[in-house]
Amino acid sequence: MLKVHFNEDAPPAVRETGDGTVIYRTCAAGLGCHNQGCGLRVHVKDGVIRKVEGDPDHPITKGRLCVRCLTALEYINHEDRLLHPLKRVGKRGENKWERITWDEALDAVVEKYRQTVESYGVNAVAVLCGTGREASKYHHPLAFDVFGTQTVIHPNSGWSCIVPRKAMMRWAMGAPYIEIDNAAGLAGRYDDPAWECPKYMLVWGRDPLRSNADGLWGHSMIEMMKRGCKLIVADPRVNWLATRAEYHLQLRPGTDGALAIGLLNVVIEEGLYDHDFVDRWTYGFDELARRCREYPVEDVARITGVDPDDIRGAARCLSEKPSTLSMGLAVDQNPNCLQIGHALLSLFAICGNMDIPGGCLMGATSTFGGQVENKPKGEDEDAEPEGLAKYDNTDTPMIGHDRYPAMGALVMTAHPDAALDAIETGAPHPVKFAYIFNNNPIACMVTQPKRWYEALRKLDFIVVADLFMTPTVLGLADIVLPASSYFEHDGLISNNNFSQPGQLGSNIKVIPNMGETKSDLEIIIELHKRLYPRSANVKYRSPEDYFNAELSQVPGLDVSFSQIREKVIGQYELDYRKYEKGLLRPDGAVGFNTPTGRIELYSTQLARFGEDPLPYYLAPKYSKEERPDLFEEYPLTMTTGARRFTSFHSENRQIKTLREMHPWPTVQINPTTAAGLGIDDGAWVWIENHFGRVRMVAEVTPIVQEDVVSCDHGWWYPEGDPDSLYGVFEANVSSLIPHEENGPLGFGTHYKCMPCKVYRAQGGE
Amino acid sequence: MQSYGLLIDNRYCTGCRSCEVACRNERELSLGQWGIKVLELKPFKLADGKHWEHRYVPVPTAECDLCGERVASGEQPSCVMHCLASVIEYGTLEDLAGIMAEKGEMTSIFIP
Repeated sequence: MLKVHFNEDAPPAVRETGDGTVIYRTCAAGLGCHNQGCGLRVHVKDGVIRKVEGDPDHPITKGRLCVRCLTALEYINHEDRLLHPLKRVGKRGENKWERITWDEALDAVVEKYRQTVESYGVNAVAVLCGTGREASKYHHPLAFDVFGTQTVIHPNSGWSCIVPRKAMMRWAMGAPYIEIDNAAGLAGRYDDPAWECPKYMLVWGRDPLRSNADGLWGHSMIEMMKRGCKLIVADPRVNWLATRAEYHLQLRPGTDGALAIGLLNVVIEEGLYDHDFVDRWTYGFDELARRCREYPVEDVARITGVDPDDIRGAARCLSEKPSTLSMGLAVDQNPNCLQIGHALLSLFAICGNMDIPGGCLMGATSTFGGQVENKPKGEDEDAEPEGLAKYDNTDTPMIGHDRYPAMGALVMTAHPDAALDAIETGAPHPVKFAYIFNNNPIACMVTQPKRWYEALRKLDFIVVADLFMTPTVLGLADIVLPASSYFEHDGLISNNNFSQPGQLGSNIKVIPNMGETKSDLEIIIELHKRLYPRSANVKYRSPEDYFNAELSQVPGLDVSFSQIREKVIGQYELDYRKYEKGLLRPDGAVGFNTPTGRIELYSTQLARFGEDPLPYYLAPKYSKEERPDLFEEYPLTMTTGARRFTSFHSENRQIKTLREMHPWPTVQINPTTAAGLGIDDGAWVWIENHFGRVRMVAEVTPIVQEDVVSCDHGWWYPEGDPDSLYGVFEANVSSLIPHEENGPLGFGTHYKCMPCKVYRAQGGE
Repeated sequence: MQSYGLLIDNRYCTGCRSCEVACRNERELSLGQWGIKVLELKPFKLADGKHWEHRYVPVPTAECDLCGERVASGEQPSCVMHCLASVIEYGTLEDLAGIMAEKGEMTSIFIP
């Protein structure tokens, strides 16, 4: 079922030119991105990178690169890069450091780790990870296999990134991930006879052109538009895609659930769905149809602010086959997330679009360590126990799973909000030690960053690995480990941890390490060696052994890391219509990998958790309707997180070329609203609500409606004052978002829909 | 003598500004200097009250030499290769005029 394609005619991975320059082909792995795998040609002379450009022989990116990789030289050679391990010598946040050796740094980490385990138990050791660099792929290896702790924290309120979408992909559709079909796994790409161009693509709360979301190369949408694919866009902002859409459904922030069910209602009421598919492959259609009747189009139009004729028109388009769904982060960043995801996936399922060419592609497996399928199995009995097994800790409940049991059926992390409570209160167990990597939580990911900062400051010991001094490193670290860029180490790249067909490649070490940097994986291996010097575990002997172990997890894949490295980039292909071929279920039966073997429009898994098994609309908790008391003082609705080409969350803020393009955090505000408030384009303003305020530059634009403002996220000023942690609390909009106001089963929060007011910043203030 | 130029398909330019940086890297220009710069026709709602105009138009500058060296070695100009939406084409004016006629709308040709 799984085929790997390498282009045998591509130029070699390494070649020399006459003047002593060596040109390497490699793939990008997160410098202002996830480990996306965009193709690069890197020109190296005398061990120094002279030029970074696109690789025209990469099957997906074909030479194209975004400004974040095009400024790679500024990034890796930046004067502020961390090049040596550091030890804090002043108080936390005083910015006083002493250079130490790696041995001293790792010995200190191991010593503090052992003390913590002895005094408080192994679960007092926390591992925090975000989505920079190689994303979360080393989060669980470090926590489970090396430290042996269950305190795995992705500190994003309500796990509002990918996991709520994955919940309904897995529970209702039975696939680890579902994505648009951009022919990424096919050798002939868009010309491959197996592929069909979608008639319509529904883009929901997502801007992949800027974000390259979740492994998807965003501009493949443009390639598909050029081939005739038409867009339906659901977004409160008139973004670029919306200006090119057949229908732009400009919904009020946070009302996604109503709109999604409204579309379903039209398709069912007008009988536009695939009756045969529904009969053969779905479960609970009648119940879904009954539920949808509770959401007449006129009611949905009133809730969402979208023209009822547009809702009907868009639904009719989307019932045409093949059509595909691109749903984004806005689904997750809403307490109604599970129901929105369920409704949208159901819409495409009943129209017969699952796993067909040009439809919604179902992944068959995932190597992401955080998914419950990859839960650690019993250890080899003869081997010396390591990690979780050493502490007999494999089945210890994670923080917050008592409050939110569904989390444990999906992802092996603490409930993010419950984790903060545990750090603050010491219950259910103390947290005293933190290893933080790929993560700058104070500047971006957490809600209530000041509260997280105050809580983390009280820990006994914090080690942070990063490439730059960030507010998180400055404010919290006792030991700083200098991380390497993807030009300084090897890595394995797949499309969303093998959960989608697409790129299969390698980032390749093309220069000696700058200073004394090490990759996250190299650090993890060093720690493993220190803790288990007699280990029989081959996986942690070297990065290559690690990658081969990862590859061996993918059923049907017979390729080694050295083969991939030699070819630089390949593609892996998955069959279409896997449900007809018995390729989705571990038992090999036809059908979908759900309890009923069918696509569950009525989710038995949700029912098992005591949740309503059908989609429903949950009004935004802080909206005008729900909180009229706040409305008088805070009459505007704030949405956050719209992407820019110039940054990846809190990353890239020190890159001068990118700051030249987008110098300051920006709030988009409608011209009529701005005029009423006396705000000119380019003026500094405060955005304030009952949780706090942040200062940004106004961009006066009609792409937001009069009662909506859209704020940049992830801002801090690397050029700013270290005493104020680089101005992070004045710039980071997450201060205005609440802690633990999550939706059903503990997922989602209010990043996209909060009340606020906006006013001019006077004088120097 | 043949004249060469750049054709831009403005329907699909997404404003990513990769051309600006790719060009600056190739020409070794400083901050504040461009060999090609993306201008924006800012969004406004059309008279039909439904649809929108919003266009980015990359404009080659006096610094553009059409990547003579790259082209001589068989490569595409840097902006052409790096453009995320593949909206820039390099060619003779004659060929580009043909492509422009074929595309029919929202296209421009620049001779730097």
